[in-house]
Amino acid sequence: MKKMQLIAALQAILPESAILSSKESQKPFECDGLSAYRQLPLLTVLPDTIEQIQAICKLCNQQQIPLVARGAGTGLSGGALPHEEGILLNLAKFNQILSIDIPNRSVRVQPGVRNLAISEAVAQYGLYYAPDPSSQIACTIGGNVAENSGGVHCLKYGLTVHNILELKVVMADGELLTIGSQAYDSAGFDLLALMTGSEGLLGIIVEVTVKLLPKPERTQVILAAFDDVAKAGRAVADIIAAGIIPAGLEMMDKLAIQAAEAFVHAGYPLEAEAILLCEIDGNNEEVSEHIMKVHHVLENSDPISFATAESEQQRNLFWAGRKAAFPAVGRLSPDYYCMDGTIPKQHLAAVLQEIQRLSRHHELAVANVFHAGDGNLHPLILYDANNAGELVKAEHFGADILKLCVQAGGSITGEHGVGIEKIDQMCNQFATDELAQFHSVKAAFDPQGILNPGKAVPTLHRCAELGAMHVHHGELPHPELERF
Amino acid sequence: MADISKTIQQQILTAVETQQPVNLRGGNTKSFLYHAKPGETLSLQAHQGIVNYQPTELVVTAYAGTKLNDLQSTLAEHNQRLPFDPPHFGDDATLGGAIATGLSGSIRPFTGSARDYVLGCRIINGKGQIMQFGGQVMKNVAGYDVSRLMVGAMGSLGVLLEISLKVLPIPASECYLSQSRDTQDALRMMQTLAAQNLPLSGLAYDGKAVHIRLAGAEAAVRAARQKLGGEHHKADVFWTLVNEQQHRFFDGEIPLWRVSVPPATVNLPISGKQLVDWAGGLRWVKTDESAEKIFTLAARHHGHAQLFRTAKLTEIRRQPLNSGLKRLHQQLKQSFDPHGIFNRGQLYPEF
Repeated sequence: MKKMQLIAALQAILPESAILSSKESQKPFECDGLSAYRQLPLLTVLPDTIEQIQAICKLCNQQQIPLVARGAGTGLSGGALPHEEGILLNLAKFNQILSIDIPNRSVRVQPGVRNLAISEAVAQYGLYYAPDPSSQIACTIGGNVAENSGGVHCLKYGLTVHNILELKVVMADGELLTIGSQAYDSAGFDLLALMTGSEGLLGIIVEVTVKLLPKPERTQVILAAFDDVAKAGRAVADIIAAGIIPAGLEMMDKLAIQAAEAFVHAGYPLEAEAILLCEIDGNNEEVSEHIMKVHHVLENSDPISFATAESEQQRNLFWAGRKAAFPAVGRLSPDYYCMDGTIPKQHLAAVLQEIQRLSRHHELAVANVFHAGDGNLHPLILYDANNAGELVKAEHFGADILKLCVQAGGSITGEHGVGIEKIDQMCNQFATDELAQFHSVKAAFDPQGILNPGKAVPTLHRCAELGAMHVHHGELPHPELERF
Repeated sequence: MADISKTIQQQILTAVETQQPVNLRGGNTKSFLYHAKPGETLSLQAHQGIVNYQPTELVVTAYAGTKLNDLQSTLAEHNQRLPFDPPHFGDDATLGGAIATGLSGSIRPFTGSARDYVLGCRIINGKGQIMQFGGQVMKNVAGYDVSRLMVGAMGSLGVLLEISLKVLPIPASECYLSQSRDTQDALRMMQTLAAQNLPLSGLAYDGKAVHIRLAGAEAAVRAARQKLGGEHHKADVFWTLVNEQQHRFFDGEIPLWRVSVPPATVNLPISGKQLVDWAGGLRWVKTDESAEKIFTLAARHHGHAQLFRTAKLTEIRRQPLNSGLKRLHQQLKQSFDPHGIFNRGQLYPEF
């Protein structure tokens, strides 16, 4: 189908103003938060009813036109990168909170509602929506579900998958399905879990019911500084061993500390090799008891210093440095590349040491910010895109870090998703049979493969060409493919 | 500890070759949930042992045939637990059975369900391929979440070989209270309590009293006990009896239904007896009413029902799926088990 014909077909579904076809009008959507990848779609559509989305899916399915859904475009893995021959489905008009159910502690929202807007809407009832990705002011709940977003509090409160109840999803063929339920579970397979984090490849999320929690009565933060990353790592393990699950447990390394301190003056000790931020929340008595226990642990973990924030103001200041870590690092270098690997915490010191070695090898500096409680590492690789070849160098460095995470028993992505960015690293993490199983799951939902093609799961051919496929059970990968 | 995954894989390959369906079995404690079906029994009991457990990682990996009792006592030695209180229904209950049935105890509304704690698994699909999904880390969004798809799938998508779970510390303190209430008051009270900052780990109603289980930091439990009041019980007898369905409510031959509804749902208008768990979200119903009537009722209240225990032989035990969902289920079954080898008809008669 040619572009003009496609526009004509879409005009039967949508008002003219909801179809963008010029380069200028589509420019804002050529990338998401991973701006190194840019691509204009053939067309962009802005539907405002579920029926329109169903009709768009039907059309795309019949004509085999790629369809990529987009929320706020804050994703960091290029999951919402448009397809050059496809339609970009912009869900910006689906921005309504549909109903608030206080007795059941749930909220039904359209996918374009911002994460933070949900908590704001229910704050008056003493409730909130727990997952808080750092982009929560801007990112939308539809995108959160597609990426299974986390945040700094997921050690205690879980990821998106743990905090949603029901989805309405338009399938590739246009059928509208309800997945999950308003109850705590639903009949049949756990399709809710399968949909969560499927990066727009299995269906278009058009409605989300999220679960609410009572707002913690009190929150306290302890800041501890160490002269050795390994000591900080041990303190993390000791806090967990003491039977405490902090709401947040964050670590920063020296370069990240220095960058943050220069930027927001949070009071971080500049001589430290690592700092830990340990946040305890809950009801008043629980927080007091756990803060005492954490103090006891820290006294025995040989820190340079540690202190509990004495006021709300100081608590915010302690956090300000961590929250500003990315822009702070951005001041050190024209560009930075944010990675998102996870590792078992016990390997933290060894992995950080290896990252430093890789940093010297690739001749690029790296600052490390770490959700230490759940093993999620965000190395920020500093580079200058104006220097020829530096982006490629940064990408190679990043790929090496992700390989290292897989070797340590971890994963190539903890919360940012695979998207287009880490598609090649998927060949490191999964074997042929596993990737084939993913493709087969995809085909069960979207037999024509129109939804977000080319993302999240690499073709077997791509992995074979990369030569990066891991050898599974001693078998050579892809015996069916030619080698050259 | 024994890794017999290669032997099991061989059995599956043979089953594929001979087109012989298999019925996967762990400790045989939850077989009342399954129908008697033609097919050879493939026992996974010998595939047992803890593969990896680092308490400070909050992650344990074990073979599916590992006894729940063994796993839980190992965790308890390190002051940790499975935070979803899986019912055992017998000493031989295995980890694989707990995950395949996906059942969670009274703690579910407060700390989460079996599927919430699954981080990864190793399975054999219906082509006899051994595959690994998810991992042994808390956060992992690489690839589709196949591990959680296995939870509650009743073994119909593959053989669970190995499962990694997130675990949590055992709370420093627990306390058990009860307060007499009529049904309406009880349901209302549960919603009020669940919306507050209380260290709750159970809210149930047995027809006479609301039972409250508190768990958490010592000071928090003490303060909550003072605030809530009511009769204090020294031990968690009620909670254990409910979890294991040994409470006298579960006695007798009348069919037992499990009805899952939004927690604030009114008392279900149906004949028979009810026991409310999950802070209102789970209604155990003992009734002779027809399946059709119960399914309709559950759907009207935005929930679903399952015939949990019955003396009669019947295939229709779970809330019917609408045509779109049924097709998706069949396609997924086809994707994982193209020859229809595993636990045929155990989840739904159609596959």
